[in-house]
Amino acid sequence: MTLAAVVAVAMFVGVIAYALFAGADFGSGYYDLTAGGGVRGAEMRTLIDHSIGPVWEANHVWLIYVLVMWWTGFPAAFAAAMTTLFVPLMLALLGIVLRGANLAFRKNAETFAQARFFGAIFAASSVITPFFLGTVAGAVASGRVPAGGYGDPIGSWINPTSLVGGCLAVTTCIFLAGVFLTADADRTGHPEMAQRLRQRTLVIGVAAGVIVFAGLYPILHDAPTLSRGLLGAGLALIVLAAAAGSITLALLHRQMPATARAFAVTAVGAVVAAWGVGQYPWILVDQLTIKQAAGADATLRGLLVVVALAVAIVLPAFGYLLRLTQTEKWSRT
Amino acid sequence: MTFNDTVMVLAADAPPGLLPAREQMAVSLGWHIILACFGVAFPTMIFVMYRRGIVRNDLVAVRLAKRWSKVSAVLFAIGAVSGTVLSFEMGLLWPGLMGRFGDVLGLPFALEGLSFFVEAIFLGIFLYGWGRTPPRLHQFMLVPSAVAGIVGTFCVVSVNAWMNNPTGFTIRDGAITDINPWAAMFNDLTWLQFLHMWVGAFMLVGLTVSGVYAAGLLRGRTDAHHRLGFTVPFAFASVATLLQPFIGHVVGLQVGLMQPAKLAAWELAATTEPGPAPLKFGGFLIDGEVRGALPIPKIGSIISRGSFDAPVPGLDSVPRADRPPVNLTHWSFQSMVGIGTLLLVVVLLFWLARRRGHDLTGNRWFLRFCVIAGPLAIAALELGWVTTEVGRQPWVVWQVLRTSDAASMSSGIWWSYAGVLVLYTGMTIAAYVVLRSMARRWRAGDEDLPSPYAPAVVAATSSDEQLEPVQ
Repeated sequence: MTLAAVVAVAMFVGVIAYALFAGADFGSGYYDLTAGGGVRGAEMRTLIDHSIGPVWEANHVWLIYVLVMWWTGFPAAFAAAMTTLFVPLMLALLGIVLRGANLAFRKNAETFAQARFFGAIFAASSVITPFFLGTVAGAVASGRVPAGGYGDPIGSWINPTSLVGGCLAVTTCIFLAGVFLTADADRTGHPEMAQRLRQRTLVIGVAAGVIVFAGLYPILHDAPTLSRGLLGAGLALIVLAAAAGSITLALLHRQMPATARAFAVTAVGAVVAAWGVGQYPWILVDQLTIKQAAGADATLRGLLVVVALAVAIVLPAFGYLLRLTQTEKWSRT
Repeated sequence: MTFNDTVMVLAADAPPGLLPAREQMAVSLGWHIILACFGVAFPTMIFVMYRRGIVRNDLVAVRLAKRWSKVSAVLFAIGAVSGTVLSFEMGLLWPGLMGRFGDVLGLPFALEGLSFFVEAIFLGIFLYGWGRTPPRLHQFMLVPSAVAGIVGTFCVVSVNAWMNNPTGFTIRDGAITDINPWAAMFNDLTWLQFLHMWVGAFMLVGLTVSGVYAAGLLRGRTDAHHRLGFTVPFAFASVATLLQPFIGHVVGLQVGLMQPAKLAAWELAATTEPGPAPLKFGGFLIDGEVRGALPIPKIGSIISRGSFDAPVPGLDSVPRADRPPVNLTHWSFQSMVGIGTLLLVVVLLFWLARRRGHDLTGNRWFLRFCVIAGPLAIAALELGWVTTEVGRQPWVVWQVLRTSDAASMSSGIWWSYAGVLVLYTGMTIAAYVVLRSMARRWRAGDEDLPSPYAPAVVAATSSDEQLEPVQ
């Protein structure tokens, strides 16, 4: 494996981590939006605040990690994608800003009316942001970002592959969030809410599964290079996603949400990884390979130092935060 | 003046995205930098306050630390998202810079990403550790955030220093070769510029936070809570305010050597003046002539060149197409220096008076000044960024890449700029409303600030009005 490929893999690990961890945070916006009003909704919203409050900023930093690895390691590909996908990236950015800011505002709002205002913005922006990020992935994967940048400002992200990517991103986020929130509700002693979340997550899980596999059909026609990769090297990951997804649903059905978390993460992680494997060795499909887009060797080696530091410093701390928030210790409110 | 400069820049075949990209970058960076300062300096102040509370068993200090940490949760959240805006904007607005030089300048950004990670993780651990982690351990959860603030500042500022003093690469026949990202990161200007910004962050946060308690003292709330809330951040700000003029002066000398055009704009030097040159106080450059400046003989050479008889280079030594907008650079520079000097004098007065046994926290005029000292420090910091960024024009990378060649060719940036203006206005209002209401409830004795969804709150609201079933 070349130096550039190693850096690309390290960057893509960040993409997977962002999809999983930030994805679960974004997805909780759906349950917040549909929690209902009054006391009933309050219980769900308190759970969501408690569940994503301590972790969303750390989860969000995976996006920053991906961006800096991308522009430092593969600057030409970065500039090409940013100039072509200006519109969906701006919309995703708007959603990211509104989500984070309004979550913080809501938690400290004085009145219920204020909290409802901030909360509606938080929840709505949480649901739509993954859609735009998904369309960006679809644009890159279907070869619509020209190497020189400034591709079609609309058609690049409104096309079959991008729409599949967008819908897939939204549903997998909601699915992940549902599994995690069900486990949280169960652990913190809210059986009635856990039950409600469990049922809805089962429905969403089936929908996400349908989109993944039905989505393959338009992709086969729209993105030949990606589909060759998906059905070639990526096939094992798609099978893994199907298996892990089914087990997640079975575990949820049998009221074992805590165990289901690992399988949900595996299922969604495998879908995202299949995209990465499917488009290898392209960084911009049909336009630029990882090797062609790579920056100077000295810089790539520098990035490996950054990755090593991340493994040594960030990962243990990140794991500690997750352990605190996902286990019994901090669950008592 | 400024308008003419702008027109000149526009006339030179600029891409349609240049002007809105510059404005959008200025607004989003100018907004974020205030919150970035809190990210850098506030954890250290909270740590000192919290530690004082634990070591001396001082409940007032612990309560202050707890309230500050709740404020910091709001500030860090909007700081995190507004920082993300800048990451996107690097590519969305400046593809010509990132596409060509991403692998030269990017490494410190990657390292900054790690410090942001550490800060976000430990902030989460700290904020949610209140009441869950024993205080003796809990206080140290602030230390990684404080250290990450220093590293992060260094990394981000090193990129700006590189733009002022580009090193670590060679351009051969238009191609960029011999790239050494570490040499780019540790260029000759990085340490000085980092110090200037880091100390500036402590000035800004220290004076802003102490100003809040000065306002309370003015209203007669002279309890231990307000006195301590004033003193700790003011002490931090005092050290920073005393150091800053010296650091700033050395940075200025260094930048002046590297960028004669910026120095000429600072000094309003239309033509090269033989030493000893006068310092021009105020004034404008209109049609190539200096108008309305108050000349102070001889000290121009001392201040800008560090020598009694060195000449101050003038704009006439710079090709017309390479001159920065002079008046904006000159005024922002002198206003920054003026505010810094004023703050220095007042801080000195406070500590000298204290040595002689006078406590100025009982003096209404001193307290009034402290209330506006925070906004003044914010203004000085913003003016400093205007000085260095506008003064470097028309280059984004000094004498290597023009801003017009870095900007996006997209014509849609006016729309995104308008969106940024609306969004940031909304966030500013919302943050103000929320922070004010937190302070009001604390004053009313409501220490824990229950979630607006807490059962009691909702039950009370539900009985008043019938809530819609869906938001």
